[in-house]
Amino acid sequence: MEPQYLLGNEAIAHGCLEAPIDLACGYPGTPSSEVIDILRVCPERGYYVEWSVNEKVALENALAAAWCGVRALCTMKHVGLNVAADPLMTSAYTGVTGGLVIMSADDPFAHSSQNEQDSRCYAQFSRILCLDPSSIQEAHDMIRDAFGLSEEFGLPVLFRPTTRICHSKGDVTLGEAVRSERRGEFHRDPKQYVVIPAHTRVLHRKLNEKQPEIKKRLVELGYNHYQVRGDTAVITGGIAAEYVREVIPEDVSFMKIGAYPIDEEWLSGFVRLHKRVVVVEELAPVIEGAVREVSGTVEVHGKKDGHSPFEGEFSPGLVAGILTSAGITPVVRYPEVAPVPDVPARPPILCAGCPHRSVFYAIRKIFKDGVYPSDIGCYTLGLQMGAVDTTICMGASITVGSGMKHAGETRDVVATIGDSTFLHTGIQGLLNAVYNGADMTVVILDNRITAMTGHQPNPTTGVTATGEPTPPTSLEAICRACGVALVETVDPYNLVSLTTALKDAKARPGVKVIIARQACVISARRAGIRRGTYTVDEDACTGCGLCIQFGCPGLERTESGVGITDLCSGCAICTQICPSGAIRKEVKK
Amino acid sequence: MTREKSFDVMIVGIGGQGTILASNILGSACLLERKPVKGAETHGMAQRGGSVESHIRIGGVFGPLIPPGTADLLIGFDLLVALRYAHYLKPEGIMVVNRQLVVPTSVHMAGTPPPTIEQVAGALAGHRLCLIDAEALAARAGSPLTQNVVMMGAASHFIPLGFESLQSAMERQVPAKTVDVNHRAFELGRAAGKDCESRISTR
Repeated sequence: MEPQYLLGNEAIAHGCLEAPIDLACGYPGTPSSEVIDILRVCPERGYYVEWSVNEKVALENALAAAWCGVRALCTMKHVGLNVAADPLMTSAYTGVTGGLVIMSADDPFAHSSQNEQDSRCYAQFSRILCLDPSSIQEAHDMIRDAFGLSEEFGLPVLFRPTTRICHSKGDVTLGEAVRSERRGEFHRDPKQYVVIPAHTRVLHRKLNEKQPEIKKRLVELGYNHYQVRGDTAVITGGIAAEYVREVIPEDVSFMKIGAYPIDEEWLSGFVRLHKRVVVVEELAPVIEGAVREVSGTVEVHGKKDGHSPFEGEFSPGLVAGILTSAGITPVVRYPEVAPVPDVPARPPILCAGCPHRSVFYAIRKIFKDGVYPSDIGCYTLGLQMGAVDTTICMGASITVGSGMKHAGETRDVVATIGDSTFLHTGIQGLLNAVYNGADMTVVILDNRITAMTGHQPNPTTGVTATGEPTPPTSLEAICRACGVALVETVDPYNLVSLTTALKDAKARPGVKVIIARQACVISARRAGIRRGTYTVDEDACTGCGLCIQFGCPGLERTESGVGITDLCSGCAICTQICPSGAIRKEVKK
Repeated sequence: MTREKSFDVMIVGIGGQGTILASNILGSACLLERKPVKGAETHGMAQRGGSVESHIRIGGVFGPLIPPGTADLLIGFDLLVALRYAHYLKPEGIMVVNRQLVVPTSVHMAGTPPPTIEQVAGALAGHRLCLIDAEALAARAGSPLTQNVVMMGAASHFIPLGFESLQSAMERQVPAKTVDVNHRAFELGRAAGKDCESRISTR
């Protein structure tokens, strides 16, 4: 096939079609989401695909499919692997018969994440194989072959691309997509699939016994390779390997690690051919740890002696700096430049007409002295409105809120959580808060979609990943079933009903839930909803600036006062905020 | 190992202005000319009205990131964002920028005087700068949504890819029913860029 210019995740999705897969599932999370988003709209699918409600659910679905002998893909972002860690650890014991590939996309620099954890550590921890691509082409080839590798060893394979693989583009040569002829069937084998102590002890030993042959095989397959070119060597892996290739001198040896676990004997043989070895890898010192274990008297430089950072993402310039610091002169010198100072920042903000904005506005108004635990989603941007005091991980708004109250916090606690996050891991926190008698208000920001990651459907949307209609789940019924006495649903575009509901919640004891329901402004626009255009009556406008402080990009200061920008979506919240009634709907003549 | 330097292009703007489509035009034109290409772009959180950057390395065989101070060309869809990324350009690099400025909402909220087009254009004056009135040209082409294609037409003089490849890549990347209007936008941009070419190259 001719090469194509593709996004990393497009190439990865195509690799799965070539494998081919029988089942794909996952929970959206940047930078992993496009893989399922592409697989779910592929015409003439020969596989089952779903957006699961969370990563643990997804991995258990995929694991069961792999137990039934079919090939399963499970995708998530790195922090999703924490949620799925429970099935992950024991799936290494039970193993699989069909290929199981877990894609956990890491995000060095936390471009769109709450931390910079390194998924390779999970592979090491659970003793499964890990593939770490350094380019889009390699990502494509690796995931295509990963299912077979999983079957060869009867173990799940962790596939770990990073942001600069998933969201970079390049020329990629694809193979042919094929249709699987497999059909899953479970073969009862309690010694393998019922992990009571007597069984699991045996399974653990078997897992450990597999390790030496895995290490040999990964070298044999060429994932880990080297070129000896001098008495100094650079050992690298992942995207950092590309930056190293860009700056490494011709007389310095080069080793690339693309797969784990690393064969120590093979590594030792290479290391001991050199006087000095420099390890260049993003995030955790996984390769460096292995190198130091076998280095003997060879000089090793990396993170542990301060030449390379433990955090952040690498770049050609940063790698050139690491090499220089460790005594290697890079072939490219980069200029030292600094950004122009004092350019006004342009951080991401909630969209014009985003229904979350009015909820944060109303919470700040009604609960002036409140404490505001929040959660993971677009609405984390409520930070800019002073309405987000904590975020830690998915579902942790309600639990943090109840924990604060039980700690003795006397101020009102108002937790905000999105619909998808609530269904991901929020329900348990609500159940716990009610059960244990917490006193707090929970606002579910229900926009009927998983917006932040690219508008994936969830159980509130009314359609599945493939667009099949499905009954939208009732958040009200879930909350009531958890024992919440006050559950009220309001339209956040109606400021009066929103503030009335919040006042009502403030006056009552116990756990109260307000569901602020309004379609995401982006989904509404795509669905063709037009709410009309607005204008400012210059004579009525006093220039008080209250509307500007609302922070909507649909409004701007002008020389004569205030203007409506072309981003306005017509939500009309500002007309309800303006004390002089100066913002009005334009009447078409 | 090939060490021939790639031609590195930064495309910067505000989420929603079509930087990704613009970078796809370059990527797809590279394939038409059988040149290797690498690129990186902003997705997710940063897209919500924030500044976005696409790196495209024409002839690139290594990683996708362009080191600051080394880009050959910067295409800016907004003056202020172009200023933010100006340090990515090498000293003799060329800047093709939309003569338009969206004031960040945070500046309105802070109540500080918003920067003007003249001020920011002045701050960029030290560069080999080509300012394009993409808004007016897109309107002339027939759709305000074609500003990104206007900009690519204007920048086409400074990109080491054939005009035909760029045009044909553009036709493949834009939605089928908008090919005509984008065609006009591309041509209008190209004509506007022609004036810059003669001016910039004499410096």
